[in-house]
Amino acid sequence: MNNPAPIPLDELIVCTHCDAVFTLRRPATGERATCARCGSVLITPRRKAGLQIIAVSLAITILIIAATVFPFLSISVAGATNSVSILAAALAFSDGPLIALSLTTAALIIFVPLARVLLTMYVLVPIVLDHPPARGATHAFRFAEKLRPWSMAEIFALGCAVALIKISDLADVSFGPAFWMFAVLVVLIVIQDNVLCRWSVWKSLDKTKTL
Amino acid sequence: MEISGQNQNFISARDLGVVACTRCTQVWPAGTQICDRCGSTIVARDEKSLQRVWALWLVGLMCYVPANTYPMLQTRTLLSVQEDTIVGGAVELIHHGAVGIAVIILIASVVIPLAKFMAIAFLAISVMRPSSVSSHHRQLLYEVVEYIGRWSMIDIFVVAIMSSLVQLNTLAAVNPGRASLFFALSVIFTMLSAQAFDSRMIWDAQTRQERNPRDE
Ligand SMILES: [Zn+2]
Ligand SMILES: [Zn+2]
Repeated sequence: MNNPAPIPLDELIVCTHCDAVFTLRRPATGERATCARCGSVLITPRRKAGLQIIAVSLAITILIIAATVFPFLSISVAGATNSVSILAAALAFSDGPLIALSLTTAALIIFVPLARVLLTMYVLVPIVLDHPPARGATHAFRFAEKLRPWSMAEIFALGCAVALIKISDLADVSFGPAFWMFAVLVVLIVIQDNVLCRWSVWKSLDKTKTL
Repeated sequence: MEISGQNQNFISARDLGVVACTRCTQVWPAGTQICDRCGSTIVARDEKSLQRVWALWLVGLMCYVPANTYPMLQTRTLLSVQEDTIVGGAVELIHHGAVGIAVIILIASVVIPLAKFMAIAFLAISVMRPSSVSSHHRQLLYEVVEYIGRWSMIDIFVVAIMSSLVQLNTLAAVNPGRASLFFALSVIFTMLSAQAFDSRMIWDAQTRQERNPRDE
């Protein structure tokens, strides 16, 4: 490079929302650094966040699998009953071109959230254990971040509430075990999303690479 | 704040001759093509992004029309078969006294999608010409659009739950209508359209506006 004065790239941080440049000063644990221009959160380090996230991810994985298989909701009208699992609900669009919609729904509420926690664990476990990053960890984390807006478990949860009220004057609705698992699951997913400091993860992936 | 800014005159990365990876925020010299840390493609400003925004926006809008004209839900009971569009279904709910649910459905399926089409169009136009709305408000609008847009999917999930649950042979059955496919496509394309928008351009326009009167 033939720059007249080399810019200390590692001492800068750029807000990806508004492109403002700041000189980097790491916030203390528990504090957060926000962009002074547009207010976006840039860094939120937290003590033992890695360990917490792994624990929560493990719980989410178990809950997703359990909530998918167990009965979720059941209804009964005049002796006729029907109960479904989340997977069955996701696959409700079964005829003709609607199959594509079934697969999309299943992905949005089951597979994308599951993929995100698995990828996050794959990236974080070696970091927390002070091992070198797992093979392809950067790609894994990038993919997990890309999937973020497409994880819609919490929207499905509100959808359940709406559907239940719509059905309630047509039939008696009762909750299966999976319903309660799913309720816990949504809370955990929201917690996990808000605890994770992306900047710190990228930093630790980078540091170990150059060593 | 913990990160010291250059007072109130913020320097943008592009003016400083550096470029940041929008995925992992690593800073690189200007002209870097691929982020060496995470492998993402880097562009200082995504000049073609507006074309993508408009193209996806248009597809989303075109899907939104059949989503409202075709039936969303087909309810079959012993006595009758009824097909409801999104708005028709909400009106039906109001007749049954379930006003709260009707309001949620109308907000998620009509108000949010329409507001989102207008908001994206406004943002895309506002970065091309001077805008009277401040960058802060437009950034906020963009974040709201990104956050709220996903929630339109709720009606699809309601249809999915109802049509898998209410399958009681001859007594009653609920089946999804063709509108569900178009509605889901419309939500997906508007989400992609919002994601294609490069929000840094909102602030470029402001920097230009502030600078021009002073410099000349
Ligand atoms: Zn910013
Ligand atoms: Zn990067």
